[in-house]
Formats: sequence, C-alpha cells, structure tokens
Amino acid sequence: MSEFSDTIERLFSVECPPQQVRAIEAGSPSLPLWEKIAETEFHNALVKDAQGGAGLSLSEVFDVLFACGAHCLPLPLPLTMMARAVLAEADLVLPDGPITVATVVFERGAVIVCERVPYALTARWVLAVMGESCALLPVEKGRLTPNGVHASLEGNFEFAAALFESLKFRSSFDWQAACAAMISAQMAGAMERVLTDTISFANERSQFGKPIGKFQSIQQQISSMAEQVFAARMAAQLGCASADHRPDSHLAAIAKARTSEAVVSVTAVAHAVHGAMGITEEYNLQLFTRRLHEWRLAYGSEGYWNRRVGQLLLAGASEGSVDFIRAQLSPNPA
Amino acid sequence: MIKPLPITAIPPEDEALRPPVRAFLAEALAATPFQRVHSWMGFDADFSRALAARGWLGLTLPPQYGGGGRSPFARLVVVEELLAAGAPVAAHWIADRQSGPLIAKYGSEEQKRFYLPKICRAEAFFCIGMSEPGAGSDLASVRTKASKTASGWRLNGRKIWTTNAYRDHYMIALVRTSGTSEDRHSGLSQLIIDLTLPGVIVTPIRDLAGEAHFCEVLFEDVELADAALIGKEGGGWEQVTAELVFERSGPERIYSSVVLVDAWVDYLRRTGQASESDLATLGRLLANLAVLRAMSISVTGQICAGNNPGVEAALVKDLGTELEQQIPILIADALGSQPDRSIPGELIRSLAFVTQLAPSFSLRGGTREILRGMIARGLGLR
Repeated sequence: MSEFSDTIERLFSVECPPQQVRAIEAGSPSLPLWEKIAETEFHNALVKDAQGGAGLSLSEVFDVLFACGAHCLPLPLPLTMMARAVLAEADLVLPDGPITVATVVFERGAVIVCERVPYALTARWVLAVMGESCALLPVEKGRLTPNGVHASLEGNFEFAAALFESLKFRSSFDWQAACAAMISAQMAGAMERVLTDTISFANERSQFGKPIGKFQSIQQQISSMAEQVFAARMAAQLGCASADHRPDSHLAAIAKARTSEAVVSVTAVAHAVHGAMGITEEYNLQLFTRRLHEWRLAYGSEGYWNRRVGQLLLAGASEGSVDFIRAQLSPNPA
Repeated sequence: MIKPLPITAIPPEDEALRPPVRAFLAEALAATPFQRVHSWMGFDADFSRALAARGWLGLTLPPQYGGGGRSPFARLVVVEELLAAGAPVAAHWIADRQSGPLIAKYGSEEQKRFYLPKICRAEAFFCIGMSEPGAGSDLASVRTKASKTASGWRLNGRKIWTTNAYRDHYMIALVRTSGTSEDRHSGLSQLIIDLTLPGVIVTPIRDLAGEAHFCEVLFEDVELADAALIGKEGGGWEQVTAELVFERSGPERIYSSVVLVDAWVDYLRRTGQASESDLATLGRLLANLAVLRAMSISVTGQICAGNNPGVEAALVKDLGTELEQQIPILIADALGSQPDRSIPGELIRSLAFVTQLAPSFSLRGGTREILRGMIARGLGLR
C-alpha cells in the first residue's frame, strides 16, 4: 500500500503540481503528463498478471486513486485502470492512452450521444455504456462539445451509430457502480487536500491580532469539516473494499452517496474559512472545490445512490437496519 | 493531523458471540417499539442479571475477577446486538462500559476483588459523578470536596445530571481532595461512593418526556473509608480522561435512534407506500450508519492494538450523535409529508420520545463543543 502511495506522491508532486492542472484546464496538451504516468504502469495495476498487468485489487490501489483526487489529476487514471481491467478480462485489445467512461449514452437517429462525460477533454478513448452494450470509441472519430463550464474537462460526444454498432460488445459489468467507486476515492482524496489546505490557511491568516484558527468558531467549523472528511475517506475505502477489480455494488453505492453528501459541507466550510481569497483563480482551493461539485453529480449524486440503498432494504421482508448493514453494507472479512 | 482509520474486521472468535446473543434476545424481549426506543434508558435489573448469567457482562474484565477476559471487539458485538434490539441496558450500562474497566485499570487488589465480580454478576450498578451545578463542560471546576479524616474521607457537595443514581448502588465521583477550583486539574481524585450511606440524598429530576432518568445527588458529611479512593490521590483528572475514552469510543454512540429507524421501516413495509423521498431518506440514514459502523469498528481496533484513539473516538462520537439526532428529524418530516395517511400511535409515541430526548445525545459523554475542541487540537489548530 504505502509503497504505491510514496511512488505516486513523488510522481504527482513533480509532474502534476497545481500550475500543471491549470495549464491542462486551459487547453495545454495532456499527453506528456499521461506518458509520464504510463511509464509507472499504474494504468495496468488492476489488469490480471496473466494478461500483462499487476493483478492488484481495488483495495490495494486505493492510495493511488485517493492521490489522483488529492492532486486533482486532470486525467482519468482511475477510470482507465478500471476500464483496462474489464477489457482485459473480456479478452479485448487494450489501447494506448487514457480511457473515460460514459454512462449517460443514448441514440439520436444515426448518432450516439454521450453526455456529461468526465475528462472528455483529456481522454483518448470513450468507453460508452448503453445498457449491456458497450463500445470503446476513439475520441478522434467523435464530435466533442465542451460543456461550456469554465475550466471544466467535461463534455459531450457524438459518434456515428454505425461506429458504435461496429465496435460494440456485450458486458454485464456494473459500470455505474464501478465508476462511482473510483470517483468516490478521488473525492475523498480531494476533500482531504481541501482540509489540510484549510487548516494551513487558518493557522497562517491573521485577524484581530491572531491566526484565525485560534478562534473557537473557526475551530468548531473545521472540526466538523474534518469529521466529514474522515467519514468520506472511510466510505471511499468501503467502496474499494474488494479482492479484485470489481467493486461490490452496494458498497460502491454508499461510497458515492456518503462522499457526495460530504462535499456540500466540506466545500462550504473551506470557502468560508478562506474568505475572498478562496474564490480567486490564483488560489489552489478552487481547483479542488470546483471538481468536487462536478464529481458529486458524476455517476449519480447522493440522491440517486441513497434511493438505491433504501430500495434494497425495503425489498427484504423483515430485516432490521443493523442486520442489513452488517450483511449488505459491510466489507467481507478477508 | 489525525491518522486515517483503516477498514478493520471483527475477529471471528468475537463474531461467534453474535448468534447466541441474538437467540437469547429473540426469547427474552417481547417489548413494544415504544419500550425498545428507551434502550439506553430502559432499566431492568432482571434483564441485566440474565445477561450476566450468560457471561455477557464484564466481557473485557480480567477472568480472575469474574470477567470474560475478552477483547473490546467481544463487547462491541454484544452491545451492537443489544442496541439494535432496543434491549433495556441501563441498569448495568455504566458499570459494564466504564466503571468496571476503570476499577480494573486503577483499582487496588482489594477493590478489584470486591467490585468486579459484583459488576459481572449484575449485582452492582454504577453511576457517573462528574457534572455539578457549577461544573458542566468545565469539568475541572468541580467543588464537591472530600476532606481527610482519621479513618478516611468526609464528603460534602452536590452532583447533578447523574443518570439513574436513584436505582444504582455506587457512584464513581470526581471530587476535590485538595486545593480549590482555582487549582484546576490538580487536587482532583476519584472516589467510589456507596449510595446507601447516611448523608447521601438522591433526588430524581423529571425530564421533558415525563420520565426520571437523571438525578441530583447531595452529599452531607458523608463518612467514607480510606478504601473509597480509587487510583491515585490527586490523579483524578488523568483517570477521568481515560474513563471518558471508554465512554466515547463504544459503538453505542451511533445506535441511540436505530430502533426508531426500524419502526419506521416496518411501517413503510406494511403500507407498501414508500415515496421516492422516503427511499432517499432511508438510504441516507443507512449509508451514514454503515460508514459510522466501519469507523467505530476501526476505533475499537485501535484500542485493541494498544493505541489511545481519544481524538478519533471524539470524531466518531460527534458524527454519530449528529446522525442520531438527524434520525427523528428526518423521519418526522417523512411521516408529515403525507398528512392524510394513518400513522400507528406507537410509531408517533416512539418518534416523540426520541425527538424529545435527542438533545441529550450530544451532551452526555462530553458536549459537541468540547469534542470539537479536542478534534481541533488533534488537527493542530490549538
């Protein structure tokens, strides 16, 4: 675990500092950064050994996913890791370059529309999921429309339906849950970064003759924020508690629900503490809080996943809530 | 910074306690939801003795004093089952959770031999003598004073908000044995007080739900033997801090309202009319509880590993009580969102009881503000 976290920390600290994130958001090429990451082979971490990967489990790569959020990596490394593991398992060819996953996909006449695709601007491939039909589509064959949100990497794609047909394969894999688990881990990482930056700011910024972190009202808010960050981290760990690359879909549900819920108060307190400085382009906080709000919606917000969990309990005849949590919402002991 | 909490599994030998406890509870509890929402506040000495007879009290206490010699995970499993079922645990609760472990840690050989077997047999029920009229969150300002006498101590003063003092046998009190309240943390000691002694006057205080759980306890020249002192004279502050870690780190801080959740779930199942918003509310409660449970198990793992997760325990407790307090609020809105529906009276009474007592969830064992102060210190803000 920690060997990866040291390697990835070193790599991201050198190759993906905040100015790099800003540059890529502003349209600089992201391929050089991807190539640096690909040298480490982290993108093959979840691919089975027999298929040329490292054969690691989701829980073993948690620190890597977490770091992608903590450094606001502007590339879909976690989604690529997941996609490559699933493609390899289906004996499909593994392409070069970052892969994003589109789950909001529908047909409009002769066109396949992929809407609100995370990392649309930096991915080379879109794994489009429409029910049990999937296709790995090269972005250069699609028409990309950025979403128009300032500095966002999300966008919509249109592909020829005939292209989707020709590349289509069947997969019963639960992509929604898998992507939710991956994004949850990134969100937990980004929230921890927001917390440490907020604590540093509170200890440095002085008003009324002392650091604002010495005021009880600020301490109480940051403590409450820390509680949310710790809960989000545990939720994300649960979402990735798996002995292979497949997350448990119930655990992925609570991971995405709980991390998304935490975003609301974590970002609110962080901005309240940072004051006007926090909403400047110059300050790093915005890199993380903008992304956190975007990720909260990606692959289902807390409203969606909470409903799924609620339905699951009511589907049982008489099970009580604690029994349900032990049986369905807890990791299996190894 | 506070270290992240890893996912921790309950060891199989402790999980093995679960089936027999469940089987016992299925037999022993025929209570209504309204009785079951009392759980923590439900006092039933016979029930406590039945648990003791099966070896489920004092699980973590040393076997030579009648304890189970088990890890905190064993207690976690039993407590989780008791609270999930809404069992009336109040009689033995304090002794099992904190007085017993405190005596085991700081008591003399004689004290351990006297009290621990009684605790394990549910023959000695304890209460906590911390708060006073002038000492709430500012615990170090206690004024109850024990003066040295030829044979022991003479005690004068007043404790308040002492849960169940009127039906417990003993109190472990934090009192001043030297100096004044200006001396803060020094000069404080812990005494074990037999509540039947002359000069001890216990008065229950009626609460907003029409019941009496907490009490005022007056000490008027109460003569105590030397052996009433537990631990070190002047070591009270350190001991009480350790005791509060026992109090704060258990799984009970997430389950106070869980019986109400189940009563609501039963209602939704029976009517078959859960709205989209009901489902989202229910899922939110479950997702939050599942994460808190994993955090609570992780804190227990830290204790088993010999660490002192005081700050982590404070963090889990504050999050846990916040959820416990959200539960009646969210369920009330869910029920009130369909004002034309019939709601069973039992569910309304259970909801009202939890709603009315919910403010206490973030008072007992340290207020929210005190806990957040501890967390702030752990984060490097103080």
